[in-house]
Amino acid sequence: MSHAGVKPKFETTPLDTPEHGLLVAAARDLKLAMRSRGELMQALVFFIIVASLFPLAIGPETAILKRVAPGVIWVCALLAVLLTLPRIFHQDYEDGTLEQLALSRYPLTIICAGKMIAHWLTTGLPLALLSAVIGMQFGLSPVELGVMALSLLIGTPILTMLGAIGAALTLGVRGGAILMALLVLPLYIPVLIFGTGAIEANMAGLDATPNLYLSAAIFLCGLVLSPFAVAAAVKISLD
Amino acid sequence: MALFKYAAPASFYPLAGMLVPWFATIAFLLCVIGLYLGLFVAPEDFQQGEVYRIIFIHVPTAWMAMFIYLVMAGYAILSLVYQTKLSAMMIEALAPTGAMFTALALLTGALWGKPTWGTYWAWDARMTSTLILLFLYVGYIALMNAIEDKKRADKAGALLVLVGSVNVPIIYFSVKWWNTLHQGASISVSGGSKMASIMLWSMLIMALACWAYAIAVALCRVRAIILEREKNAAWVDNIKQAKDG
Repeated sequence: MSHAGVKPKFETTPLDTPEHGLLVAAARDLKLAMRSRGELMQALVFFIIVASLFPLAIGPETAILKRVAPGVIWVCALLAVLLTLPRIFHQDYEDGTLEQLALSRYPLTIICAGKMIAHWLTTGLPLALLSAVIGMQFGLSPVELGVMALSLLIGTPILTMLGAIGAALTLGVRGGAILMALLVLPLYIPVLIFGTGAIEANMAGLDATPNLYLSAAIFLCGLVLSPFAVAAAVKISLD
Repeated sequence: MALFKYAAPASFYPLAGMLVPWFATIAFLLCVIGLYLGLFVAPEDFQQGEVYRIIFIHVPTAWMAMFIYLVMAGYAILSLVYQTKLSAMMIEALAPTGAMFTALALLTGALWGKPTWGTYWAWDARMTSTLILLFLYVGYIALMNAIEDKKRADKAGALLVLVGSVNVPIIYFSVKWWNTLHQGASISVSGGSKMASIMLWSMLIMALACWAYAIAVALCRVRAIILEREKNAAWVDNIKQAKDG
């Protein structure tokens, strides 16, 4: 995909600012993702299918399904995100674009941040919204569905950020996908615990906000620190 | 400073070789003393009877599991900032020992939990985060094995260790933050100890024994790693000739 002879569209902002870099990186990845919409749909369909496996396996008893719903849906969302993580860097790494991005005028941290934003918008956000629909399959009430969607809205960006670190570290490595899962899943565990904790607290009649606040705290720390970690990992992989 | 010459693998190799027997001996002696004190001299516990004695292995190994990861993180910072090969090799040398201590801590904890809590495992905060620590060690070892280019592997491993080091304070404070099954700290920096003095001393001696053991094993392992990595260097040839000749 060559930009030769084509003027950049965002000409209203000066080209050298980091904000422009963020927009450019995110917009490029979004555009590329939209061109392969099928791939995006696959992640969502995977989520729906795997989430449906559990009622089939456990049995249709609503009480049990309601009890396991937070954990099951969260794990399915987590696995769906895990499967889409290679997409952040893999294609660009394979055709050499990632090297060009690393050499471009924009800091690599900004470009990685833009990529992570695009990844979340195409994976985490739809999953969080879709979880409300899946939750209905498990017999959750509207309020619980709301808490579930909220916990996933806060949690999926963290999954993207931590996953991007793993994806960047394992670029071009033999057996990279499963290795990436091995590296990233231990880091995911606290996110999973707080996310499901919020929903389960709400289901037990307690306040969900402590767990949500803790998730939000992890999200904010990740927001600040992860671009640096991801950029460092990309630079390591490109050498 | 003259010490900096030991940052070169070639000069560290003989130094490590000289230190290994010392630390191994210290470890063995401290272990014998500690286990004797803990298993034979220390009195029976008021609540738990004899079963509590597993504490003399469980707590030192748990401490070492966390401590070794922090040491690895320290070496990771050195390796990333100063680009020293030996720092990266030390991380690689420490990881299997750290993983072993974590597994031992989990295992002894499970063996202790069955008679006292009635269960081998409970998903409480400290046990879960120690399990995560084991996964972090295994992940690091897997990453180092998967990447063939050693320079890239070193940097990637160092970064991974740093990212995972957030977990260690979580393990340590998890018992305070979440009121769960695992008991609180028996020893604190400010409050002193709530344990009988002989039990405390046995535990500390065992901790030092584990520490000396970890140093001895890590130095031994790093010698092997140095030889593997530097196998094309001239000084390695000298050693080979000295051995064969």
